Amino acid sequence: MSAVVVENLTIRYGDFVAVDGVSFQAEFGEVTAILGPNGAGKTSTIETCEGYRAPTIGSVHVLEKNPFTERTAVHSEVGVMLQEGGVYPSARVFETIAQYCALYNRGVDPHALLTAVDLESKSSSTWRRLSGGEKQRMLLALALAARPRVAFLDEPTSGVDINGRDAIRHIINDLAANGTAVVLATHELDEAERLAQRVVLFHQGKIVANAPLATMRSAQHELRFSSAPTLNTQELSAHIGLEVAIIQDHFVVRFENTDSAFSSELVQRVSTWLNNKNLPLNNLSIGAQRLEDIFRNLTGGTQ
Amino acid sequence: MTALTTQLQAEMNVVRRNGEQLLVTLGIPLLLLGFFSVVDVLPTNEKDPVNFLVPGILALAVMSTSMVSLGIATGFERNYLVLKRLAATPLGTTRLIAAKTLSIAAVEAVQMILLISLGFLLGWSPQQANWLLALCAVVLGTFAFAGIGLFLAGNLRGEVNLAATNGLYLILLLIGGIVFPLDKLPGALSAISRCLPTAALSDVLRDALMSAGEHTTTSWIVLLVWAIAAPLLAAKTFKWN
Repeated sequence: MSAVVVENLTIRYGDFVAVDGVSFQAEFGEVTAILGPNGAGKTSTIETCEGYRAPTIGSVHVLEKNPFTERTAVHSEVGVMLQEGGVYPSARVFETIAQYCALYNRGVDPHALLTAVDLESKSSSTWRRLSGGEKQRMLLALALAARPRVAFLDEPTSGVDINGRDAIRHIINDLAANGTAVVLATHELDEAERLAQRVVLFHQGKIVANAPLATMRSAQHELRFSSAPTLNTQELSAHIGLEVAIIQDHFVVRFENTDSAFSSELVQRVSTWLNNKNLPLNNLSIGAQRLEDIFRNLTGGTQ
Repeated sequence: MTALTTQLQAEMNVVRRNGEQLLVTLGIPLLLLGFFSVVDVLPTNEKDPVNFLVPGILALAVMSTSMVSLGIATGFERNYLVLKRLAATPLGTTRLIAAKTLSIAAVEAVQMILLISLGFLLGWSPQQANWLLALCAVVLGTFAFAGIGLFLAGNLRGEVNLAATNGLYLILLLIGGIVFPLDKLPGALSAISRCLPTAALSDVLRDALMSAGEHTTTSWIVLLVWAIAAPLLAAKTFKWN
């Protein structure tokens, strides 16, 4: 059984189609990243999974239940971290964490949870006095208070400094390692690359890629180098039989054949061609594409 | 601790920490009762103004707690996405509303004890008081004002709701038969005021506690209509975030 099953989900706000016929699954013990730029439909999808709204078309099941019509049953085992807010400014840290532990009643010790999110020193602080990173950790604590079998985390590291990000990543990795299905919505591709086992890429309300991260990255390789700006990409393309693109001052050749002999031969052909043209070859790299490049490739460059 | 008692405790913490709301719910009614009972400047048609003031100030207390305090707190909870986050817990709408209702009832109980005690200290003498009837009036008034407060809170932004609720409080205080008898208001205004929940609650409380209601049957009907219509309207239009 999958923890989350989304089938042919469409969400409309009046005439505007925010999410257009998407399907994906999230598994226990994995971090599934819902990726995409702002306005791609991530939050609408996540909030439908959380039971805040009913699908216009299609279906969503969380722990084999309908989160909209069986809210109480779903919410007792699901942790939710909103993109922002959710706590009264005058509410105190420990008091609020204890309140949520009691509401979920899943045997989570609020003192231990406070320690887990490293907020012991802020125990009696009010929400309004917390820094951005501390607020994110507190919101994460409220999700963990559910001892969740499924955790929906919306932009958990948004606005958090490097140390805070490390702490949050550590907690999310632990959650997944203990069997929780973590569904992470983020527009930060780097964050997904560090955390996720599976990636679902959203673009303009549709899914443009849905695969394990390793598979997605290994499916697309690239040769990247810098040279003189006068390099004629059409000539080089004709010579090697692959398209040559210019991305951020680099020349990039994308290919799907991951055979090492093919890679070696490609490097050889490119370097020979450049040498014959008296053009320099600098910063050469070859290997699996970064998620950011895959995303650009699939969406025509918008992020 | 159950989910209900946990949430009730959280609601009481919010009440306790919102000093400005405590001022409205406790400070202003006590101040008005004390001041206008001692300084005889109101045209109350009573030899002793405290006898006119106590039922009206009790109505004001109900309005300040169930409309102003509840409405403003709920409006800001909506603004800060507190309600949205709570909606994703097993608490559920019923227990959330129950916790809010119990917190209102607790504050109103404190208000009634303090105001009635002050009234007695100032020489208030109830006439053939029917306390059970007064309690029924307070319950209906609570429903009516909570409905109005939640209607505003569920449809306006936090700051706009704050201004609108306080503005409405002031208007109802002045033309709701609390400190000025309705027959002292200009004709048309007096007729409009009789249709307001404050005037209706003041009148039925005066009837229950002082045997001095003016249009008691009409006032009970007006109060009942508000007590049913306002919460229904709030429930139908409330936006959680």
